Amino acid sequence: MSAITMAPEGGRGQWEVVARRFGRNRVAMTGLVLVLVLYVVAIFAPVLAPHDPNEQKDIVATRYLPPGKDHPLGTDKFGRDVLSRILYGSRISLSIGFISVGIAITLGTFVGAVTGYFGGKLDWTLMRIVDAIIAFPRLFIILTIIAVSSPKIWLIVAVLGATSWMGVARLVRGQILSIKEREFIQATRALGIPHARVIFRHVLPNTLSPVIVAATLMIGDVILTEAVLSFLGLGVQPPTASWGNIINQGRDNLLGAWWVATFPGLAIVITVVAYNLLGDGLRDALDPRTVE
Amino acid sequence: MIGYIVRRILLSIPLLWALATVTFFIVRLAPGDPLAMYYNPEIDPSVMETVRTRLGLDQPIHVQYVRWLGALAQGELGVSFKHHRPVAEILAETLPNTLLLTGLALLFDLGLGVVLGVIAAVRQYSWTDHATSIVALFLYSMPGFWLGLMMIILFALKLGWLPASQMESVDAEFMGTFPRLWDRALHLVMPVFVLGIASAASVARYMRGSLLEVIRQDYIRTARAKGLSERRVILRHALPNALIPIITLLGLYLPYLISGAIVTETIFAWPGMGRLTIDAIFSRDYPVVMAANLLAGVMVVAGNLLADVLYAVVDPRIRYE
Repeated sequence: MSAITMAPEGGRGQWEVVARRFGRNRVAMTGLVLVLVLYVVAIFAPVLAPHDPNEQKDIVATRYLPPGKDHPLGTDKFGRDVLSRILYGSRISLSIGFISVGIAITLGTFVGAVTGYFGGKLDWTLMRIVDAIIAFPRLFIILTIIAVSSPKIWLIVAVLGATSWMGVARLVRGQILSIKEREFIQATRALGIPHARVIFRHVLPNTLSPVIVAATLMIGDVILTEAVLSFLGLGVQPPTASWGNIINQGRDNLLGAWWVATFPGLAIVITVVAYNLLGDGLRDALDPRTVE
Repeated sequence: MIGYIVRRILLSIPLLWALATVTFFIVRLAPGDPLAMYYNPEIDPSVMETVRTRLGLDQPIHVQYVRWLGALAQGELGVSFKHHRPVAEILAETLPNTLLLTGLALLFDLGLGVVLGVIAAVRQYSWTDHATSIVALFLYSMPGFWLGLMMIILFALKLGWLPASQMESVDAEFMGTFPRLWDRALHLVMPVFVLGIASAASVARYMRGSLLEVIRQDYIRTARAKGLSERRVILRHALPNALIPIITLLGLYLPYLISGAIVTETIFAWPGMGRLTIDAIFSRDYPVVMAANLLAGVMVVAGNLLADVLYAVVDPRIRYE
């Protein structure tokens, strides 16, 4: 393979250096730990939740109970336990964030690689399309697409992914334009290695760092957008709990039951902060210009 | 200069055409009948057919597209299915409210962002600098709609200091000029804050970085060597140059602000374009949805154009052939 992964004799490999740098960054480690805790919570939600998220007992007696011993974060208007709903909601938010960003990264990397590597008319056309999509208020388009069809979870994931890839495409294209001119890529051409192999084995691995950073920061953004959609009633539909739709239901009784709208919002803030810290930390650790 | 502006305007036409086309096909190819809301067992099916013909919905999709585009080119936006009024008329009522809200939010976020960014840069690594960056991190990680609700709970419902919704009080019509303006200002406080604060946080970050870069340059050292006060060095010599990159942010934030207006207007029941769009989406009022999408696009394109022109005016190093 390329010279990038071959560490000099006795030296440390690239990823080892990155890991050491990351480990020394306290803020970044906080982000990483938070993100891991969030995933553990999401996976073990059924074990951790004190109640079933949709359990409704005697509604008249159990609705809008303030935070207390039995319901640490209170109950909503149907007498459901808010904490349990938030725990289950984390599964929805985290998986939508993760899968949508996966789609966006794949699409963006593909478009960026093809345009950057081959250039020419194809490059020009695709980049103008990217410019056009970036220029428009994204939420309007997302809302329109989801509203005219019915709000299904897979559709939300697909639409969020399909409207987030442009930044990655630009990023990858920019990286590839500079890598393409380097000697080791010219060498692969001279050796007659097919384009696809050059792209996947030699060019793309070198664009990985900025893409990882962008993906991490994007997850927070996608989680926020999903929350907005669910809050407007165009995202995840009740009774399935998602942070956005719990907040929306909390609007019915803001004064009397402030806890319903307050706590899921805190969950969103913690999650997005965690991803932003992690992303910033990764950027510092992956940037070779940061000297140790 | 004029040539540059004209060329930029011409270049934005294909962009808007693309948006119009995409919007049209998303809306029209989606399942669901726009006439669904008229269905009623007491209405004779033949009446439905008449309505369908009158709205042009019986034509093949490409005919509808060409007709719609032709009408659009003449500034004809169609008639709202729900309100039975020209879309242009409805937009003309709501657009000024949205412009007021987003305009003030833009001023607020640039103003606050620049001030905080300058403070953070001048006192680099101080307590203030760290506090600013932590607060900024939380503010742009926060869903705007949630912040809005929290502020409504606190300032409107618990403390009763600010009105929770609408643009003015019910009795605003009977107020004198100044009480009425004051009433309007009170209604603007929370929406403008909620809409602008997240971008203010990121403007502050950019401003800090930009100023720190400028401060390192030689001409600043010269200014200091001349014995100018630190205040004068920062405000008169460094700040103007550090502000230049902030102008490009203007173009970047506009799509965010206009998207953000949807949510903010919904929470504060602000009678603007965003709330109109949400209403139209829920009632499948296609002409309104398409027009609102397009108008949002026009606003962003116009804002970007303005930012580019401003950039060229402010920075003589920028050349436009």
